[in-house]
Amino acid sequence: MDAINDGIQYLISSLSLGGLYALMALGLVIVYGILRLVNFAYGELVMIGGYGLLLFGDSPLPWIMVALLSVIVAVIAGVLMERIAFRPVRDSSPTTMLITSFALSTLLQSVALLTVSPRPRAPRLPSIFVESFTIGGLQIKIVDLIGIIIGVLALVALTVFLRRTVIGLALRAAADDFTMTRLLGVPANRVIAAAFAISGLMAGIVALFWIGRTGQTYPTVGLQPVLIAFIASVVGGMESLRGAVLGGYVLGFLTMGLQTWLPQGVNNYRDAVMFGIVIVVLLLRPQGLIRPAYSREVR
Amino acid sequence: MSLLEVNDLHVRYGAIQALRGVTLYVDEGEIVGLIGVNGAGKSTTILSVLGVVRPLRGEITFRGQSLVGQTPEAIVRKGIAPVMEGRRIFPSLTIEENLRLGAAIRTDRERVQADLDRWCAFFPVLGERLRQPAGNLSGGQQQMLAVARALMSSPNLLLMDEPSLGLAPRLVAEVFNLIVQLRELGVTILLVEQNVRMTLDIVSRAYLLNTGQVEFSGTPAEIRQQADIERAYLGGGARPIGQPAVAPGGAS
Repeated sequence: MDAINDGIQYLISSLSLGGLYALMALGLVIVYGILRLVNFAYGELVMIGGYGLLLFGDSPLPWIMVALLSVIVAVIAGVLMERIAFRPVRDSSPTTMLITSFALSTLLQSVALLTVSPRPRAPRLPSIFVESFTIGGLQIKIVDLIGIIIGVLALVALTVFLRRTVIGLALRAAADDFTMTRLLGVPANRVIAAAFAISGLMAGIVALFWIGRTGQTYPTVGLQPVLIAFIASVVGGMESLRGAVLGGYVLGFLTMGLQTWLPQGVNNYRDAVMFGIVIVVLLLRPQGLIRPAYSREVR
Repeated sequence: MSLLEVNDLHVRYGAIQALRGVTLYVDEGEIVGLIGVNGAGKSTTILSVLGVVRPLRGEITFRGQSLVGQTPEAIVRKGIAPVMEGRRIFPSLTIEENLRLGAAIRTDRERVQADLDRWCAFFPVLGERLRQPAGNLSGGQQQMLAVARALMSSPNLLLMDEPSLGLAPRLVAEVFNLIVQLRELGVTILLVEQNVRMTLDIVSRAYLLNTGQVEFSGTPAEIRQQADIERAYLGGGARPIGQPAVAPGGAS
Protein backbone atom coordinates (compact mmCIF):
# COMPACT_ATOMS: atom_id res chain seq x y z
CA MET A 1 0.00 0.00 0.00
CA ASP A 2 2.82 2.35 0.82
CA ALA A 3 4.37 1.74 -2.56
CA ILE A 4 1.12 2.60 -4.33
CA ASN A 5 0.69 5.71 -2.23
CA ASP A 6 4.25 6.75 -2.99
CA GLY A 7 3.55 6.20 -6.66
CA ILE A 8 0.42 8.35 -6.66
CA GLN A 9 2.18 11.01 -4.63
CA TYR A 10 5.01 10.99 -7.13
CA LEU A 11 2.61 11.18 -10.07
CA ILE A 12 0.76 14.17 -8.64
CA SER A 13 3.84 16.18 -7.75
CA SER A 14 5.50 15.33 -11.08
CA LEU A 15 2.45 16.34 -13.10
CA SER A 16 2.29 19.59 -11.18
CA LEU A 17 5.98 20.40 -11.59
CA GLY A 18 6.00 19.13 -15.17
CA GLY A 19 3.06 21.36 -16.06
CA LEU A 20 4.90 24.33 -14.63
CA TYR A 21 8.04 23.43 -16.59
CA ALA A 22 5.97 22.95 -19.76
CA LEU A 23 4.56 26.47 -19.42
CA MET A 24 8.07 27.82 -18.89
CA ALA A 25 9.31 26.08 -22.02
CA LEU A 26 6.30 27.18 -24.10
CA GLY A 27 6.95 30.83 -23.32
CA LEU A 28 10.48 30.46 -24.65
CA VAL A 29 9.69 28.33 -27.70
CA ILE A 30 6.78 30.43 -28.97
CA VAL A 31 9.22 33.29 -29.57
CA TYR A 32 12.04 31.06 -30.78
CA GLY A 33 9.78 29.45 -33.39
CA ILE A 34 9.24 32.79 -35.09
CA LEU A 35 12.37 34.85 -34.51
CA ARG A 36 14.94 32.09 -33.96
CA LEU A 37 15.77 33.96 -30.81
CA VAL A 38 16.36 32.25 -27.45
CA ASN A 39 15.16 35.10 -25.30
CA PHE A 40 17.20 34.81 -22.11
CA ALA A 41 15.42 37.87 -20.73
CA TYR A 42 12.36 35.60 -20.48
CA GLY A 43 13.36 34.86 -16.87
CA GLU A 44 13.04 38.56 -16.10
CA LEU A 45 9.41 38.42 -17.19
CA VAL A 46 8.94 35.87 -14.42
CA MET A 47 10.80 38.25 -12.09
CA ILE A 48 8.53 41.14 -13.11
CA GLY A 49 5.50 38.92 -12.45
CA GLY A 50 6.99 38.19 -9.02
CA TYR A 51 7.43 41.85 -8.16
CA GLY A 52 3.89 42.40 -9.41
CA LEU A 53 2.76 39.99 -6.69
CA LEU A 54 4.78 41.95 -4.15
CA LEU A 55 3.48 45.34 -5.28
CA PHE A 56 -0.19 44.46 -5.64
CA GLY A 57 0.00 42.20 -2.58
CA ASP A 58 0.47 45.31 -0.43
CA SER A 59 -2.96 46.52 -1.49
CA PRO A 60 -6.14 45.26 0.14
CA LEU A 61 -7.22 43.55 -3.09
CA PRO A 62 -8.23 39.90 -2.88
CA TRP A 63 -5.36 37.63 -3.87
CA ILE A 64 -6.97 36.39 -7.07
CA MET A 65 -7.01 40.00 -8.29
CA VAL A 66 -3.40 40.40 -7.22
CA ALA A 67 -2.50 37.31 -9.26
CA LEU A 68 -4.47 38.52 -12.28
CA LEU A 69 -2.84 41.96 -12.21
CA SER A 70 0.63 40.41 -11.90
CA VAL A 71 0.01 38.23 -14.95
CA ILE A 72 -1.24 41.25 -16.90
CA VAL A 73 1.90 43.17 -15.94
CA ALA A 74 4.05 40.30 -17.20
CA VAL A 75 2.13 40.27 -20.52
CA ILE A 76 2.59 44.02 -20.94
CA ALA A 77 6.28 43.68 -20.06
CA GLY A 78 6.63 40.97 -22.71
CA VAL A 79 5.08 43.14 -25.40
CA LEU A 80 7.14 46.19 -24.37
CA MET A 81 10.30 44.08 -24.34
CA GLU A 82 9.79 43.25 -28.01
CA ARG A 83 8.79 46.78 -28.97
CA ILE A 84 11.66 48.55 -27.22
CA ALA A 85 14.55 46.08 -27.23
CA PHE A 86 14.13 43.52 -30.01
CA ARG A 87 12.34 45.33 -32.82
CA PRO A 88 15.24 47.72 -33.49
CA VAL A 89 17.66 44.78 -33.91
CA ARG A 90 15.27 42.39 -35.61
CA ASP A 91 16.96 42.60 -38.98
CA SER A 92 20.44 42.12 -37.55
CA SER A 93 22.19 38.79 -37.09
CA PRO A 94 20.82 36.17 -34.69
CA THR A 95 23.89 36.75 -32.52
CA THR A 96 22.98 40.41 -32.10
CA MET A 97 19.51 39.45 -30.95
CA LEU A 98 20.91 36.88 -28.53
CA ILE A 99 23.32 39.39 -27.01
CA THR A 100 20.49 41.91 -26.79
CA SER A 101 18.53 39.38 -24.76
CA PHE A 102 21.47 38.90 -22.35
CA ALA A 103 21.91 42.65 -22.01
CA LEU A 104 18.22 43.11 -21.36
CA SER A 105 18.27 40.34 -18.77
CA THR A 106 21.15 41.94 -16.87
CA LEU A 107 19.62 45.40 -17.17
CA LEU A 108 16.27 44.33 -15.75
CA GLN A 109 17.95 42.47 -12.88
CA SER A 110 19.96 45.58 -12.04
CA VAL A 111 16.88 47.75 -12.12
CA ALA A 112 15.15 45.41 -9.66
CA LEU A 113 18.27 45.36 -7.52
CA LEU A 114 18.52 49.15 -7.35
CA THR A 115 14.85 50.10 -7.12
CA VAL A 116 13.49 47.36 -4.89
CA SER A 117 16.09 45.43 -2.94
CA PRO A 118 18.83 42.88 -3.49
CA ARG A 119 17.30 40.80 -0.70
CA PRO A 120 14.50 38.27 -1.18
CA ARG A 121 11.10 39.68 -0.36
CA ALA A 122 8.05 37.64 0.54
CA PRO A 123 4.86 38.65 -1.25
CA ARG A 124 1.51 38.04 0.37
CA LEU A 125 0.44 34.53 -0.55
CA PRO A 126 -2.84 32.76 0.20
CA SER A 127 -2.78 29.74 2.47
CA ILE A 128 -3.53 27.34 -0.40
CA PHE A 129 0.17 27.39 -1.24
CA VAL A 130 1.06 25.64 2.01
CA GLU A 131 -2.09 23.68 2.88
CA SER A 132 -2.58 20.05 2.13
CA PHE A 133 -5.23 17.46 2.83
CA THR A 134 -5.16 13.77 3.56
CA ILE A 135 -7.21 11.26 1.69
CA GLY A 136 -6.85 7.53 2.30
CA GLY A 137 -3.41 7.90 3.84
CA LEU A 138 -2.38 10.11 0.93
CA GLN A 139 -1.15 13.60 1.68
CA ILE A 140 -1.88 15.92 -1.22
CA LYS A 141 -0.80 19.54 -1.50
CA ILE A 142 -3.57 21.79 -2.74
CA VAL A 143 -1.09 23.81 -4.78
CA ASP A 144 -0.14 20.66 -6.69
CA LEU A 145 -3.73 20.02 -7.71
CA ILE A 146 -4.23 23.65 -8.73
CA GLY A 147 -0.94 23.53 -10.59
CA ILE A 148 -2.01 20.46 -12.58
CA ILE A 149 -5.35 22.05 -13.45
CA ILE A 150 -3.89 25.43 -14.42
CA GLY A 151 -1.17 23.73 -16.47
CA VAL A 152 -3.69 21.67 -18.44
CA LEU A 153 -6.08 24.61 -18.83
CA ALA A 154 -3.31 26.85 -20.15
CA LEU A 155 -2.21 24.19 -22.64
CA VAL A 156 -5.77 23.63 -23.87
CA ALA A 157 -6.44 27.36 -24.14
CA LEU A 158 -3.22 27.92 -26.07
CA THR A 159 -4.01 25.02 -28.42
CA VAL A 160 -7.48 26.38 -29.15
CA PHE A 161 -6.04 29.86 -29.71
CA LEU A 162 -3.40 28.54 -32.13
CA ARG A 163 -5.92 26.45 -34.07
CA ARG A 164 -9.05 28.55 -34.13
CA THR A 165 -7.95 32.17 -34.53
CA VAL A 166 -6.40 33.85 -37.54
CA ILE A 167 -3.56 35.28 -35.48
CA GLY A 168 -2.98 31.82 -33.96
CA LEU A 169 -2.83 30.31 -37.43
CA ALA A 170 -0.45 33.05 -38.47
CA LEU A 171 1.78 32.30 -35.47
CA ARG A 172 2.04 28.64 -36.44
CA ALA A 173 2.59 29.53 -40.08
CA ALA A 174 5.27 32.04 -39.12
CA ALA A 175 7.10 29.29 -37.25
CA ASP A 176 7.13 27.30 -40.51
CA ASP A 177 8.07 30.19 -42.81
CA PHE A 178 7.96 33.75 -41.53
CA THR A 179 8.67 35.50 -44.85
CA MET A 180 5.93 33.58 -46.63
CA THR A 181 3.50 34.45 -43.84
CA ARG A 182 4.24 38.13 -44.44
CA LEU A 183 3.76 37.56 -48.16
CA LEU A 184 0.19 36.53 -47.42
CA GLY A 185 -0.39 39.98 -45.95
CA VAL A 186 -0.06 39.07 -42.28
CA PRO A 187 1.67 41.99 -40.53
CA ALA A 188 5.00 40.84 -39.08
CA ASN A 189 4.75 43.20 -36.12
CA ARG A 190 1.41 41.86 -35.04
CA VAL A 191 2.55 38.22 -35.16
CA ILE A 192 5.72 38.96 -33.20
CA ALA A 193 3.85 41.07 -30.66
CA ALA A 194 1.38 38.21 -30.18
CA ALA A 195 4.25 35.77 -29.62
CA PHE A 196 5.77 38.02 -26.95
CA ALA A 197 2.37 38.55 -25.33
CA ILE A 198 1.95 34.77 -25.03
CA SER A 199 5.50 34.52 -23.73
CA GLY A 200 4.65 37.13 -21.07
CA LEU A 201 1.43 35.30 -20.22
CA MET A 202 3.33 32.07 -19.64
CA ALA A 203 5.95 33.89 -17.56
CA GLY A 204 3.19 35.50 -15.48
CA ILE A 205 1.50 32.18 -14.74
CA VAL A 206 4.87 30.59 -14.01
CA ALA A 207 5.67 33.44 -11.60
CA LEU A 208 2.55 32.70 -9.55
CA PHE A 209 3.50 29.08 -8.98
CA TRP A 210 7.27 29.40 -8.92
CA ILE A 211 7.18 32.16 -6.35
CA GLY A 212 4.22 30.49 -4.65
CA ARG A 213 6.43 27.44 -4.11
CA THR A 214 9.42 29.26 -2.65
CA GLY A 215 7.52 32.17 -1.11
CA GLN A 216 10.16 34.68 -2.17
CA THR A 217 10.92 37.02 -5.00
CA TYR A 218 14.34 38.59 -5.70
CA PRO A 219 16.18 40.15 -8.68
CA THR A 220 17.56 36.86 -10.00
CA VAL A 221 14.45 34.79 -9.33
CA GLY A 222 13.99 34.29 -13.09
CA LEU A 223 17.36 32.64 -13.60
CA GLN A 224 16.30 29.11 -12.76
CA PRO A 225 13.00 29.21 -14.67
CA VAL A 226 14.71 30.36 -17.87
CA LEU A 227 17.37 27.68 -17.48
CA ILE A 228 14.74 25.00 -16.95
CA ALA A 229 12.71 26.34 -19.88
CA PHE A 230 15.77 26.23 -22.10
CA ILE A 231 16.73 22.69 -21.11
CA ALA A 232 13.16 21.44 -21.39
CA SER A 233 12.75 22.90 -24.87
CA VAL A 234 16.11 21.57 -26.04
CA VAL A 235 15.23 18.11 -24.72
CA GLY A 236 11.75 18.21 -26.23
CA GLY A 237 12.80 19.79 -29.51
CA MET A 238 13.21 23.52 -30.02
CA GLU A 239 11.24 23.44 -33.25
CA SER A 240 7.83 22.49 -31.94
CA LEU A 241 5.46 23.58 -29.21
CA ARG A 242 4.54 19.97 -28.59
CA GLY A 243 8.22 19.28 -28.01
CA ALA A 244 8.38 22.06 -25.42
CA VAL A 245 5.42 20.62 -23.53
CA LEU A 246 6.83 17.10 -23.66
CA GLY A 247 10.26 18.34 -22.56
CA GLY A 248 8.68 20.19 -19.64
CA TYR A 249 6.87 17.11 -18.39
CA VAL A 250 9.89 14.86 -18.92
CA LEU A 251 12.01 17.24 -16.88
CA GLY A 252 9.33 17.47 -14.19
CA PHE A 253 9.07 13.69 -13.82
CA LEU A 254 12.86 13.39 -13.88
CA THR A 255 13.39 16.02 -11.19
CA MET A 256 10.75 14.55 -8.90
CA GLY A 257 11.93 11.01 -9.54
CA LEU A 258 15.50 11.82 -8.60
CA GLN A 259 14.36 13.77 -5.57
CA THR A 260 12.22 10.88 -4.39
CA TRP A 261 14.41 7.92 -5.09
CA LEU A 262 18.03 9.06 -5.03
CA PRO A 263 19.70 7.72 -1.88
CA GLN A 264 20.11 10.25 0.90
CA GLY A 265 23.83 10.76 0.45
CA VAL A 266 23.74 11.61 -3.28
CA ASN A 267 20.67 13.84 -3.16
CA ASN A 268 22.88 16.88 -3.39
CA TYR A 269 23.92 15.68 -6.82
CA ARG A 270 20.33 15.65 -8.08
CA ASP A 271 20.89 18.38 -10.67
CA ALA A 272 24.17 16.84 -11.77
CA VAL A 273 22.50 13.48 -12.32
CA MET A 274 19.61 15.16 -14.13
CA PHE A 275 21.84 17.09 -16.49
CA GLY A 276 23.80 13.87 -17.07
CA ILE A 277 20.58 12.21 -18.24
CA VAL A 278 19.78 15.25 -20.41
CA ILE A 279 23.19 14.94 -22.06
CA VAL A 280 22.56 11.26 -22.79
CA VAL A 281 19.15 12.09 -24.30
CA LEU A 282 20.72 14.72 -26.52
CA LEU A 283 23.51 12.38 -27.58
CA LEU A 284 20.88 9.88 -28.73
CA ARG A 285 18.51 12.46 -30.21
CA PRO A 286 20.40 15.69 -30.92
CA GLN A 287 17.27 17.38 -32.32
CA GLY A 288 15.26 16.66 -29.21
CA LEU A 289 12.56 14.10 -28.56
CA ILE A 290 10.15 15.58 -31.09
CA ARG A 291 11.62 16.72 -34.34
CA PRO A 292 9.50 18.47 -36.94
CA ALA A 293 7.77 15.99 -39.21
CA TYR A 294 8.80 17.95 -42.27
CA SER A 295 12.12 19.39 -43.15
CA ARG A 296 12.22 23.15 -43.16
CA GLU A 297 12.58 24.89 -46.50
CA VAL A 298 15.89 26.64 -46.79
CA ARG A 299 15.29 30.36 -46.78
CA MET B 1 -2.07 53.07 -67.10
CA SER B 2 -1.21 49.43 -66.77
CA LEU B 3 -1.99 47.26 -63.76
CA LEU B 4 1.68 46.80 -62.91
CA GLU B 5 4.44 49.05 -64.19
CA VAL B 6 8.13 48.57 -63.49
CA ASN B 7 10.34 51.38 -64.66
CA ASP B 8 14.16 51.42 -64.86
CA LEU B 9 14.60 49.08 -61.89
CA HIS B 10 18.11 48.69 -60.47
CA VAL B 11 18.93 46.17 -57.73
CA ARG B 12 22.30 45.43 -56.20
CA TYR B 13 23.23 42.58 -53.85
CA GLY B 14 26.51 43.72 -52.34
CA ALA B 15 28.96 43.81 -55.21
CA ILE B 16 26.62 42.07 -57.63
CA GLN B 17 24.42 44.21 -59.82
CA ALA B 18 21.38 41.95 -60.18
CA LEU B 19 19.15 44.30 -62.17
CA ARG B 20 20.32 47.12 -64.46
CA GLY B 21 17.29 49.06 -65.55
CA VAL B 22 14.44 46.60 -66.02
CA THR B 23 11.26 48.10 -67.48
CA LEU B 24 8.07 46.14 -68.00
CA TYR B 25 4.31 46.36 -67.63
CA VAL B 26 1.41 43.97 -67.15
CA ASP B 27 -2.11 44.82 -68.27
CA GLU B 28 -5.28 43.46 -66.73
CA GLY B 29 -6.21 40.00 -68.03
CA GLU B 30 -2.78 39.32 -69.49
CA ILE B 31 -0.38 36.51 -68.81
CA VAL B 32 3.08 37.97 -69.16
CA GLY B 33 6.17 35.78 -69.18
CA LEU B 34 9.48 36.75 -67.62
CA ILE B 35 11.99 34.35 -69.09
CA GLY B 36 15.74 33.87 -69.15
CA VAL B 37 18.48 31.67 -67.80
CA ASN B 38 19.33 31.19 -64.15
CA GLY B 39 20.69 34.39 -62.63
CA ALA B 40 19.21 36.66 -65.29
CA GLY B 41 17.30 38.61 -62.63
CA LYS B 42 13.83 37.13 -63.00
CA SER B 43 13.30 36.30 -59.34
CA THR B 44 14.93 39.54 -58.24
CA THR B 45 12.35 41.43 -60.27
CA ILE B 46 9.52 39.55 -58.56
CA LEU B 47 11.06 40.02 -55.11
CA SER B 48 11.42 43.76 -55.76
CA VAL B 49 7.76 44.05 -56.71
CA LEU B 50 6.87 42.24 -53.48
CA GLY B 51 9.04 44.51 -51.36
CA VAL B 52 11.27 41.68 -50.16
CA VAL B 53 14.23 43.23 -51.99
CA ARG B 54 14.81 47.00 -51.84
CA PRO B 55 15.72 48.44 -55.23
CA LEU B 56 18.66 50.81 -55.63
CA ARG B 57 16.54 53.00 -57.86
CA GLY B 58 13.63 52.74 -60.23
CA GLU B 59 9.90 52.86 -59.85
CA ILE B 60 7.28 50.17 -59.36
CA THR B 61 3.61 51.08 -59.50
CA PHE B 62 0.48 49.00 -59.06
CA ARG B 63 -2.72 50.68 -60.29
CA GLY B 64 -0.76 53.91 -60.34
CA GLN B 65 0.37 53.67 -56.70
CA SER B 66 4.07 53.37 -55.92
CA LEU B 67 5.16 50.15 -54.20
CA VAL B 68 8.81 51.05 -53.58
CA GLY B 69 9.70 51.21 -49.89
CA GLN B 70 6.53 49.49 -48.71
CA THR B 71 6.52 46.35 -46.59
CA PRO B 72 5.64 43.01 -48.21
CA GLU B 73 2.45 42.77 -46.18
CA ALA B 74 1.30 46.22 -47.32
CA ILE B 75 2.05 45.35 -50.95
CA VAL B 76 0.15 42.06 -51.00
CA ARG B 77 -2.78 43.78 -49.30
CA LYS B 78 -3.13 45.90 -52.45
CA GLY B 79 -4.08 42.78 -54.39
CA ILE B 80 -0.83 41.11 -55.44
CA ALA B 81 -0.53 37.43 -54.53
CA PRO B 82 2.75 35.56 -54.84
CA VAL B 83 3.33 31.92 -55.71
CA MET B 84 6.92 31.70 -54.58
CA GLU B 85 9.74 29.58 -55.90
CA GLY B 86 9.94 26.33 -53.93
CA ARG B 87 6.17 26.51 -53.24
CA ARG B 88 6.67 27.68 -49.64
CA ILE B 89 3.54 26.04 -48.26
CA PHE B 90 3.26 25.68 -44.47
CA PRO B 91 3.98 21.96 -43.99
CA SER B 92 2.85 21.65 -40.37
CA LEU B 93 -0.50 23.31 -41.06
CA THR B 94 -3.39 21.44 -42.62
CA ILE B 95 -4.37 22.08 -46.21
CA GLU B 96 -7.45 23.95 -45.05
CA GLU B 97 -5.36 26.11 -42.70
CA ASN B 98 -2.99 26.92 -45.54
CA LEU B 99 -5.91 28.00 -47.70
CA ARG B 100 -7.53 30.04 -44.93
CA LEU B 101 -4.28 31.88 -44.30
CA GLY B 102 -4.24 32.70 -47.99
CA ALA B 103 -7.38 34.72 -47.26
CA ALA B 104 -5.86 36.36 -44.15
CA ILE B 105 -6.24 39.84 -45.66
CA ARG B 106 -9.94 39.41 -46.39
CA THR B 107 -12.77 40.20 -44.01
CA ASP B 108 -15.74 39.00 -46.11
CA ARG B 109 -16.19 35.67 -44.36
CA GLU B 110 -18.96 34.24 -46.51
CA ARG B 111 -17.15 35.02 -49.74
CA VAL B 112 -13.99 33.45 -48.31
CA GLN B 113 -15.92 30.27 -47.57
CA ALA B 114 -17.40 30.38 -51.08
CA ASP B 115 -13.92 30.76 -52.56
CA LEU B 116 -12.63 27.91 -50.41
CA ASP B 117 -15.37 25.65 -51.77
CA ARG B 118 -14.73 26.91 -55.28
CA TRP B 119 -11.00 26.20 -55.28
CA CYS B 120 -11.50 22.87 -53.54
CA ALA B 121 -13.77 21.90 -56.40
CA PHE B 122 -11.22 23.24 -58.86
CA PHE B 123 -8.42 21.25 -57.17
CA PRO B 124 -10.19 18.07 -56.03
CA VAL B 125 -6.94 16.62 -54.72
CA LEU B 126 -6.89 19.42 -52.12
CA GLY B 127 -10.60 19.34 -51.39
CA GLU B 128 -10.46 15.67 -50.53
CA ARG B 129 -7.67 16.10 -47.99
CA LEU B 130 -8.47 19.37 -46.23
CA ARG B 131 -7.63 18.10 -42.74
CA GLN B 132 -4.29 16.56 -43.60
CA PRO B 133 -0.97 18.28 -42.96
CA ALA B 134 0.17 20.02 -46.11
CA GLY B 135 3.61 18.47 -45.67
CA ASN B 136 2.11 15.11 -46.64
CA LEU B 137 1.34 16.32 -50.16
CA SER B 138 3.58 15.43 -53.10
CA GLY B 139 5.56 18.13 -54.86
CA GLY B 140 2.99 18.62 -57.59
CA GLN B 141 0.13 18.76 -55.11
CA GLN B 142 2.05 21.26 -53.01
CA GLN B 143 2.34 23.44 -56.11
CA MET B 144 -1.44 23.23 -56.54
CA LEU B 145 -1.83 24.25 -52.90
CA ALA B 146 0.56 27.18 -53.32
CA VAL B 147 -1.49 28.41 -56.29
CA ALA B 148 -4.82 27.83 -54.55
CA ARG B 149 -3.54 29.62 -51.43
CA ALA B 150 -2.57 32.63 -53.55
CA LEU B 151 -5.97 32.62 -55.26
CA MET B 152 -7.72 32.61 -51.88
CA SER B 153 -6.76 36.26 -51.44
CA SER B 154 -8.84 37.04 -54.53
CA PRO B 155 -5.89 38.87 -56.10
CA ASN B 156 -5.78 41.31 -59.00
CA LEU B 157 -2.36 40.03 -59.99
CA LEU B 158 -0.72 36.67 -59.48
CA LEU B 159 3.08 36.56 -59.39
CA MET B 160 4.34 33.07 -60.14
CA ASP B 161 8.02 32.38 -59.60
CA GLU B 162 9.23 29.21 -61.33
CA PRO B 163 6.11 27.13 -60.67
CA SER B 164 7.47 24.21 -62.72
CA LEU B 165 10.87 24.07 -61.04
CA GLY B 166 11.73 20.72 -59.48
CA LEU B 167 8.65 18.93 -60.77
CA ALA B 168 8.53 15.77 -62.87
CA PRO B 169 7.82 16.40 -66.58
CA ARG B 170 4.25 15.14 -66.35
CA LEU B 171 3.59 17.52 -63.48
CA VAL B 172 5.23 20.40 -65.34
CA ALA B 173 2.64 19.92 -68.09
CA GLU B 174 -0.06 19.89 -65.42
CA VAL B 175 1.15 23.18 -63.97
CA PHE B 176 1.14 24.83 -67.39
CA ASN B 177 -2.32 23.44 -68.02
CA LEU B 178 -3.42 25.03 -64.78
CA ILE B 179 -2.04 28.41 -65.86
CA VAL B 180 -3.99 28.13 -69.14
CA GLN B 181 -7.13 27.40 -67.12
CA LEU B 182 -6.48 30.41 -64.90
CA ARG B 183 -5.99 32.54 -68.02
CA GLU B 184 -9.45 31.49 -69.16
CA LEU B 185 -10.83 32.55 -65.78
CA GLY B 186 -9.39 36.00 -66.43
CA VAL B 187 -6.63 35.93 -63.79
CA THR B 188 -3.78 38.33 -64.51
CA ILE B 189 -0.42 36.61 -64.13
CA LEU B 190 3.23 37.60 -64.27
CA LEU B 191 4.95 34.27 -64.84
CA VAL B 192 8.65 33.77 -64.19
CA GLU B 193 9.94 30.65 -65.90
CA GLN B 194 13.07 28.95 -67.14
CA ASN B 195 10.99 26.66 -69.30
CA VAL B 196 10.99 29.08 -72.23
CA ARG B 197 9.24 27.00 -74.83
CA MET B 198 6.25 26.06 -72.71
CA THR B 199 5.99 29.60 -71.40
CA LEU B 200 5.89 31.07 -74.90
CA ASP B 201 3.07 28.66 -75.70
CA ILE B 202 0.72 30.20 -73.16
CA VAL B 203 1.62 33.88 -72.57
CA SER B 204 0.31 36.93 -74.40
CA ARG B 205 3.66 38.74 -74.12
CA ALA B 206 7.05 37.98 -72.68
CA TYR B 207 10.23 39.69 -71.55
CA LEU B 208 13.55 37.96 -72.01
CA LEU B 209 15.97 38.94 -69.26
CA ASN B 210 19.71 38.58 -69.59
CA THR B 211 22.24 39.68 -66.95
CA GLY B 212 19.77 42.00 -65.32
CA GLN B 213 18.44 43.70 -68.43
CA VAL B 214 15.47 43.20 -70.72
CA GLU B 215 17.13 41.84 -73.82
CA PHE B 216 13.98 41.46 -75.79
CA SER B 217 10.25 41.81 -75.28
CA GLY B 218 7.20 41.18 -77.41
CA THR B 219 4.64 38.59 -78.36
CA PRO B 220 5.67 34.93 -78.43
CA ALA B 221 5.72 35.09 -82.22
CA GLU B 222 8.07 38.06 -82.19
CA ILE B 223 10.34 36.36 -79.71
CA ARG B 224 10.44 33.13 -81.65
CA GLN B 225 11.60 35.08 -84.69
CA GLN B 226 14.80 35.96 -82.93
CA ALA B 227 16.96 33.27 -84.37
CA ASP B 228 19.72 33.70 -81.84
CA ILE B 229 17.27 33.24 -79.02
CA GLU B 230 16.04 30.07 -80.68
CA ARG B 231 19.59 28.88 -80.74
CA ALA B 232 20.46 29.94 -77.25
CA TYR B 233 17.36 28.98 -75.34
CA LEU B 234 15.05 26.79 -77.39
CA GLY B 235 17.47 24.58 -79.28
CA GLY B 236 17.99 20.92 -78.56
CA GLY B 237 17.45 20.00 -74.96
CA ALA B 238 15.51 23.02 -73.80
CA ARG B 239 12.30 21.06 -73.63
CA PRO B 240 12.44 18.08 -71.27
CA ILE B 241 12.57 14.90 -73.31
CA GLY B 242 9.29 13.30 -74.32
CA GLN B 243 7.23 16.21 -73.13
CA PRO B 244 4.50 17.67 -75.32
CA ALA B 245 3.76 21.34 -75.50
CA VAL B 246 0.58 22.28 -73.69
CA ALA B 247 -1.45 24.68 -75.76
CA PRO B 248 -2.34 23.95 -79.37
CA GLY B 249 -0.48 25.98 -81.96
CA GLY B 250 2.80 25.87 -80.08
CA ALA B 251 6.06 25.75 -81.96
CA SER B 252 6.80 22.24 -83.02
